[in-house]
Amino acid sequence: MSVRRLAKEQPATFAFSKETVKKAEWWIAKYPADRRQSAVIPILWLVQKQEGWVSEPAIRAIADLLGMAYIRVLEVATFYTMFMLEPVGSAALIQVCGTTPCMLRGSNDLMKVCKDRIGPKQTLSADGRFYWEEVECLGACVNAPMAMINDYYFEDLTAADLNQIIDDFAAGKTPERGPRVDRINSAPEGGALTLTDPKLYDGSAAKPIKKLPNTEPVSA
Amino acid sequence: MVGMLADKDRIFTNLYGLHDWGLEGAKQRGCWNATRDMLDMGRDWLITNVKNSGLRGRGGAGFSTGLKWSFMPKEVKDRPHYLVVNADESEPGTCKDREIMRHDPHLLIEGCLIASFAMQAHACYIYLRGEYVLERERMEAAVKQAYEAKLIGKNNVHGWDFDVYIHHGAGAYICGEETALLESLEGKKGQPRLKPPFPAGAGLYGCPTTVNNVESIAVVGTILRRGADWFAGFGRPNNTGTKLMSISGHVNRPCNVEEAMSIPLRQLLEEHCGGVRGGWGNLKAVIPGGVSVPLITREMSEVALMDFDSLRDMKSGLGTAAVIVMDNDTDLVKAIARISYFYKHESCGQCTPCREGTGWMWRVLERMAVGEADPSEIDLLLDVAGQVEGHTICALGDAAAWPVQGLIRHFRHEIEDRISAYRSRRANFAGHAIAAE
Repeated sequence: MSVRRLAKEQPATFAFSKETVKKAEWWIAKYPADRRQSAVIPILWLVQKQEGWVSEPAIRAIADLLGMAYIRVLEVATFYTMFMLEPVGSAALIQVCGTTPCMLRGSNDLMKVCKDRIGPKQTLSADGRFYWEEVECLGACVNAPMAMINDYYFEDLTAADLNQIIDDFAAGKTPERGPRVDRINSAPEGGALTLTDPKLYDGSAAKPIKKLPNTEPVSA
Repeated sequence: MVGMLADKDRIFTNLYGLHDWGLEGAKQRGCWNATRDMLDMGRDWLITNVKNSGLRGRGGAGFSTGLKWSFMPKEVKDRPHYLVVNADESEPGTCKDREIMRHDPHLLIEGCLIASFAMQAHACYIYLRGEYVLERERMEAAVKQAYEAKLIGKNNVHGWDFDVYIHHGAGAYICGEETALLESLEGKKGQPRLKPPFPAGAGLYGCPTTVNNVESIAVVGTILRRGADWFAGFGRPNNTGTKLMSISGHVNRPCNVEEAMSIPLRQLLEEHCGGVRGGWGNLKAVIPGGVSVPLITREMSEVALMDFDSLRDMKSGLGTAAVIVMDNDTDLVKAIARISYFYKHESCGQCTPCREGTGWMWRVLERMAVGEADPSEIDLLLDVAGQVEGHTICALGDAAAWPVQGLIRHFRHEIEDRISAYRSRRANFAGHAIAAE
């Protein structure tokens, strides 16, 4: 298991923004009335979107909002690794997948780029704009190696691609997500070999079905 | 034609996202066609047909989906029934549910309606892993479209009041275990529950619940539309149907593809992925079903079929059909050590054998990867792996032990060579042995 602690330096206060409150209410409404606690993960996530990270005063505020004991929210915030417990870069939070399928295709090269450009992992860069870490499988293995940067997936990366992406974020641009080689999503490079039959898309599948299969009454 | 399956028999016709993912596009491709007629045939018909199709759960365990549905109480009593869809796809190597959610979300929503009707649930939660932000946005948008078109919701055109809610996690692999997922959905740490009670008796909020994988649910609509015998016509008996397969690692063109079950592994790699990097002779090992199943060698890959029984007979497993290919350049010990690190990182910490064992196995494997170990530690490692396996609440302990056992079973000589190479570079080994701690 991963051991995670709250940051040593904590802000004195936390306040939900109007937007966050609105979204939090939308989440809470998804669960039965006496099960508000179910919304704790989505709301921690909203708070992280608002502040960039999850602080101790925020944890207390969420507990009050959902009627939970403080320790229960603290438990959740430290258990789930997507919650950043210290401030991260204002320009980009780079999470490089390092698990075996990505490792086989060169994720170590990507991490070297991060180390050279940003500094040691899980440490804010000197200018406070970048932060990187190695994470476990992000579930885009056929597009390995890849990284999640500010919520979205950048796939089929080389060291040069990642360098370029970091340059773009540093210049205030938002580079395009997705694969960086000649492929569409998870289709093989160079073009899909399957799903090429035009009949699949001509609307013939939408014609009314007169009788479903296996609906004959069973004869006695 | 490449592979064994013709385009006309594919269920996920927008797998690569080349077409409209929205409601109009989905309808054009046959989704939501005759769904009302299916529900009109009644619960027993639905469950019987899903059983007859031979569909086995696509999340890794391979349990009969129809049979699982039949475990729900026959009548709704004081507690509501729930369907929970497991979209916490985190098994390394696996990236198939992602494609369903971002490119064919309506197949999933339609499947949720059918499954919920069959189990008399009026509400369904879809639990996505937190990292799938784009997929979550798509699912939310698709659910909204379905509500607006009155396909789901109160007083919908299907005559069964039904709500779909999208929920998400925050980066814990363990939440893919069904009871940990329920704990997480209730707003707690994702630590698996002891079974029994099984979720069908007491699941989400203590109510009868069935947890199914995304793919298992998303195929149901098409199976019923085209007939259980159509689906059962692919693959070998007991291993029927079509399956999304993800091929990653050292192949020329890694990709996702829907194929018939029981396709020979070699055919899958050569026809869909352009073959192994450097040719078939350059293949060293394959992990055929996500990192928790033991690896198989090239000789075994030659004859392996991509189905539950063939791979089980090789002491491996189909898992999620996530094929990870490793060529001769791979440092296998290092690759398995990285898998062990993954399990060390993802253990929830509840059971001692897993919490301590995963870290111990990782540390030993890291030393073995450089050769800094004693040959007797190989048997010790095997022994520890055996003591983790089967002694934990959930299967994460087993999943952590199996890749290690697979490595030692087939590539013990590599570890031994590594150790002797390390020793040959040093003069004296007296008192060398180091414990893992």
